[in-house]
Amino acid sequence: MGLNRLRGSLRAVIVFSLFVVLLMAGYTGYKAFGQSVDDAQTDWAVIGSILPRTDDLTMPSVFEIISGIFAEPRGINEAFGSIVVREAAFTLREAAVGFAVGVIVGLSIAIVLSSSRLLERALVPHVIASQTIPLIAIAPIVVIWGRKNLDFLPWEWHDWMSVSLIATYLTFFPVAINGLRGLHSPSAEALELMDSYAARRGQTLWRLRLPASLPYLFSAFKIAATASVVGAIVGEISAGVTGGLGRRILLEAQRYTTGPERLYVAVLFAAALGIFVFLTISLVEYSLVRRKGTEAVL
Amino acid sequence: MTPQPAPAVEIRGVTKVFNPAGANEVLALDNIDLDVAAGDFVTLIGPSGCGKSTLLRLVAALVESTEGNVLVNGKTADQARLDRDYSMVFQRAGLFDWRNVSRNIELPLELMGWKAADRHRRSAEMLELVKLNEFADHHPSELSGGMAQRVAIARAMSFRPGLLLMDEPFGALDEMTREHMQNELLRIWAETETTVIFVTHSISEAVFLSTTVVVMSPRPGRIAAVVDNELDTRDDSARDTPQFFANVSAVRKVLRAGEPR
Ligand SMILES: Nc1ncnc2c1ncn2[C@@H]1O[C@H](COP(=O)(O)OP(=O)(O)OP(=O)(O)O)[C@@H](O)[C@H]1O
Ligand SMILES: [Mg+2]
Repeated sequence: MGLNRLRGSLRAVIVFSLFVVLLMAGYTGYKAFGQSVDDAQTDWAVIGSILPRTDDLTMPSVFEIISGIFAEPRGINEAFGSIVVREAAFTLREAAVGFAVGVIVGLSIAIVLSSSRLLERALVPHVIASQTIPLIAIAPIVVIWGRKNLDFLPWEWHDWMSVSLIATYLTFFPVAINGLRGLHSPSAEALELMDSYAARRGQTLWRLRLPASLPYLFSAFKIAATASVVGAIVGEISAGVTGGLGRRILLEAQRYTTGPERLYVAVLFAAALGIFVFLTISLVEYSLVRRKGTEAVL
Repeated sequence: MTPQPAPAVEIRGVTKVFNPAGANEVLALDNIDLDVAAGDFVTLIGPSGCGKSTLLRLVAALVESTEGNVLVNGKTADQARLDRDYSMVFQRAGLFDWRNVSRNIELPLELMGWKAADRHRRSAEMLELVKLNEFADHHPSELSGGMAQRVAIARAMSFRPGLLLMDEPFGALDEMTREHMQNELLRIWAETETTVIFVTHSISEAVFLSTTVVVMSPRPGRIAAVVDNELDTRDDSARDTPQFFANVSAVRKVLRAGEPR
């Protein structure tokens, strides 16, 4: 079984790499087409009339993007890629804290709401409505509020923690909604079984409802983990917090004309961060949830 | 004269109405009286919807009676539930698939706060009883239907309740497995001296297993007859005796009549 699994992972890695190569080839091909239109000054049927044309500014070549990773920005003695990796780590910390707090908040909401149909019906619409408020609106509020009002905490409040809170705003939601479904998922028979053993509420929660929720929770965790990265990046940008990928993307967008490949690199690293957190959750899921049918998730 | 021992279960004038005064009002049970003596093996048999499960769940205090009362070991059914005087087995084994076989058997013991060492010792004993020793570490998805049901029985018996309530526990099994499970259950019943109330649709199952067959009739659910089921031998060979066939026809006759004689 271990060998089969290894073979499966290997196959996944190969397919993934093939896909990356395919993506690069497609990108290069489109770029070549789009550019040749420009060069030859003739309108092709598709590109130029329906699809946008390209040039080196809008689509730097794959080679340029890759060398952008290793190039040292002017006046700095460090490869651009290594700077971005450091910034990605900063953003990852924000996202991880935001994820963790979101899981705690989301699970708590799910547990409270699952305890009463009335509460559930009254409060679920509020939980859903919370997600219609754009992050850009709450970000500055959270940052200013954090600076002013959280000085009573035993630790010093940093702006990146406010960004974590912003990420939490995105992550608690899928956990709460899926968690609620999971907590309701045990059959009436299983619940009666626990009743027949005179199990206390907490025992039923811990020994039946929560374990039965794990498959639901893990699909929520995967959504929440990627959302936490998005939340951290958007949070950084709209709260003006420096040091992370959000700030980097904003900066490279502003000076795009002088180095388009840098924006591409920053965005690719952000995507890689998203894939990284997703895979981490999948790995934890695989080691925890050993049920038939949930094994092939990764 | 020696005093009669108190019955394990006393059902007195019990009526159950679902959704009273609602559009879907159902008179599921109408004025039921039934005594089950300690050590008896009582089967409830009757057409679908006659209230067998409801009666069983009333004894288990999983539903409340509309009228009348149910006493288990001289206590209210709910007190008996809280005291863990009984255990239930359903048609579906209902094992928790995130727990292996041993830990499924230990579930009630965990809920009762047993120490780990005691739990392990008991689950090993129970596995012995249902002859599944080698499967202690297997997961429920790796068991056949009959094996899963044996684990469910081991789980139910793990804390040695005096009363076992079984709702069509072998209903989903094939004929061969079913007969085997019936033999096993009789063996366990004899070894543990448990009182059993057993719901079934099968006349031969009722006659083979029980000391008393309670025949119920539907709409509203009533007890049509209580048949004493004498069998000289209680093992696999009893299935082919004239006495067995005679009792089967007796129960069938009452079931067909559907009314008290
Ligand atoms: N929770 C409930 N709510 C409403 N009506 C119910 C409920 N449970 C049972 N009933 C009704 O009570 C009657 C008896 O149901 P019960 O399940 O006890 O029958 P049964 O004899 O066990 O049938 P079967 O042999 O099919 O299992 C049926 O008419 C059923 O519709
Ligand atoms: Mg039933």
